[in-house]
Amino acid sequence: MRGKVLHLVPVLFVVTCFSFLLTSLLPGDVALVMSGPNATPQSIAALRSQLQLDQPLPVRYADWLGRAVRGDLGTSPRSNVTVVQSIKDRLPISLELLVLAEVIGLLVAVPAGIASAYRAGGVLDQAASGAAFGILAVPGFVVAIVLIYLFAVQLDLVPATGYTPLLTDPLANLRSFFLPALTVGLGEAAAYTRLLRSDMIATLQEDYIAMARAKGLPTWHILTRHALKPSSFTLLTVLGINIGRLMGGALIVETIFALPGVGRLLVESIYARDLVVVQGVVAFVAVAFVLVNFGVDLLYAVLDPRIRHGRAVA
Amino acid sequence: MAAPSPDLAGAFPIAAAPPTTARMAAPWRRLGVSFWLPAGWLTLITVIAVLAPVLHMPDPNLQDLANRGGSPGAGHLLGTDGLGRDMLARLVWGARISLTVGYASTLLGMALGTLLGMAAGYVRGRPEAVIVAAMDALLAFPALVLILAITTFVGHDLRIIVGVIGFLGIPAFARVARANTLALAQREFVLAARAMGASEVRILGLEILPNIVAPVLTFGLLAVAVAMLAEGALAFLGLSVPPPNASWGAMIAEGRSDLDTWPQTSLIPAAVFFLTIFALNLAADRLRRAVEVREARL
Repeated sequence: MRGKVLHLVPVLFVVTCFSFLLTSLLPGDVALVMSGPNATPQSIAALRSQLQLDQPLPVRYADWLGRAVRGDLGTSPRSNVTVVQSIKDRLPISLELLVLAEVIGLLVAVPAGIASAYRAGGVLDQAASGAAFGILAVPGFVVAIVLIYLFAVQLDLVPATGYTPLLTDPLANLRSFFLPALTVGLGEAAAYTRLLRSDMIATLQEDYIAMARAKGLPTWHILTRHALKPSSFTLLTVLGINIGRLMGGALIVETIFALPGVGRLLVESIYARDLVVVQGVVAFVAVAFVLVNFGVDLLYAVLDPRIRHGRAVA
Repeated sequence: MAAPSPDLAGAFPIAAAPPTTARMAAPWRRLGVSFWLPAGWLTLITVIAVLAPVLHMPDPNLQDLANRGGSPGAGHLLGTDGLGRDMLARLVWGARISLTVGYASTLLGMALGTLLGMAAGYVRGRPEAVIVAAMDALLAFPALVLILAITTFVGHDLRIIVGVIGFLGIPAFARVARANTLALAQREFVLAARAMGASEVRILGLEILPNIVAPVLTFGLLAVAVAMLAEGALAFLGLSVPPPNASWGAMIAEGRSDLDTWPQTSLIPAAVFFLTIFALNLAADRLRRAVEVREARL
C-alpha cells in the first residue's frame, strides 16, 4: 500500500510534466500560433507575456504546477473561461456516456461470458467468440457510422446527433445518448466477454466447483455464486482502465455524435489552437487516468482474498 | 455443469499440446487456413497499394460533380463518392497511406522498443528501473490525445504521423522484448555462450535476439492494426494527411454526411478497413498460438 502510493508520485509528476511539455516544446512561436492570422504584433506580445512565455521553462512549469495543484489550470485567452470551469461544464456529459456505455457492456458481457464458459467450444461459445473477435476489429468510428445508418437513417428511431440536457427532458436525453453509449458499449462488451470467458473456464476447473456439483447444487447457482466472483478480477481491472480512459471523454464518439463532453472540449480546443485549454484538459485526463487505475489497483487487493493474504504472509 | 471438455484446452494455449499429426506437419500447414486467408488478403492489398502508380486507374482526386454518388458500373468499378471521385482509385491510394502508417510506425516502434526492452531485460539494475519507469509513464498517457495535439501543432505530414504513432508504440514492444529477454537470459545456452567468452553484444544479437523475434513479430501484427486504427481516428477528425489525399479513415469520414443518400461512399471503405484490421488480428492470433505451442514443446 505504501509502496503503491510512493510509486504514484513519480508517475503523476512525469504525466503532468508531459502535459506541460507537450504544449511548450512544440516548435514555432506558441503566442503566434494561438493569436491566429489577424493578430497584431502588440496583441502577440501581450499574449506572450500573459502566458509567461518570456520566462524560462522550469520556472513556467513550477508556476503552472503550483497553480494546478490548487485547482487553477489557467484561463482560455480565447473564451475567457477558466479551464476548470470548462471541464466542470463538460464532465457530467462524459460521465453519463461512461456510465451508460459500461452498463451496456456489462449487461451483455456477463451473461455472454458465463454462457460461453459453461459450454466452452459449444455453438453459443463459438458464436459469441466470433462476434467478439469481429467487433474488436471494428474501429469506434465505423461502429458509429453503421449504427447511425441503421438506427437513425434506416429505422429513424433516434436522432443521429445532438444533445439534450438530462434536466430539460430526461427521455430525450436518453435518446440522444442511445447511439453513442451503444457505440462505446459494444466494444466494451466484446472485450469483457472474452476476458470473463477465459477466466471463468479456468475457475470452472477448480476443485471447489467439482465439490459444489457433487453436493448437487443447481448449475445456475454454481455459475453465478461460486464461479462468477473469482473469475471477475481481470474484468474488473480492464473495467477500471476503461473508466479511467473514458473519464477524459470519448474523443471520436463525442465528436461524431456532437456530444459536448470533455473529449469534444479537447478536440475543439485543438482545432482552435487554444493551448491553455489543451494543456489543462490533457493534464486532467492523464491524472484522472492514473488515479482511477490506482484506485482499481487498491480495490483489486481488497476484493481478492488471494492477493490480500498473499501480501499478509509475505 | 460442464464437464471439462477437450475444447477447454483451447483456452490455455500453453497447455494445449497439438495432435501428433499437426506436430509433424510442416510449419506453414500447421498455421491453417485461418492464418493464410487473412495473410493472403493483407498481401493482396499491400501489392495493389505498392503497384497503384502503374495500375491504369482514374485519378483518385479527379472530381466529376455530374456523377456524384454514382453506382458501381463499367466506368467506376465501385462507383463514385460524394464529389464524383472514383471510389476504387481512392481506396487503392488510401491503402498506400493507411498501410504506410501501419507498417512504418510499427517498424519504428518495434526497432526502438525491442532494443530498449532487450537492454532492460539483459542489463538489469538501475538502467532497467529507469527504462521501465519511463515506459510506464508513457503508457499512462492517453495516446490519442498526444497524437492529436502533436499533429495539430506540428503538422499533418505523413512522416510526423508515422513518427508519433511509432514513438507511442515503443513501450508495448519494450515490454514484450523485456519479458522474453528476462526468461531467455537465464537459459543454459546463454550461460554457455558467456562461458565461451562471447561478448555481451554477441550474446544479445546472436543468442537472445533470434529467440525473441517470433513473439515480437507476432505482437507487431497487432501493432500494425493499432497503428492503422490510430491513423483512421486521426483522419476521421480531419487531422491526418491533408485533403484531397485519400486515406481510409478520411474516406469514411467524408462519406458520413452522405449516409442518407449514398451510404456506400462510407460503408465500402468501412468494410475494407474492417476486413484489414480483422485480418491482422486473426493472423496475429493464429501466429501467437503457433508460437506458443512451439514454446510449450521445448
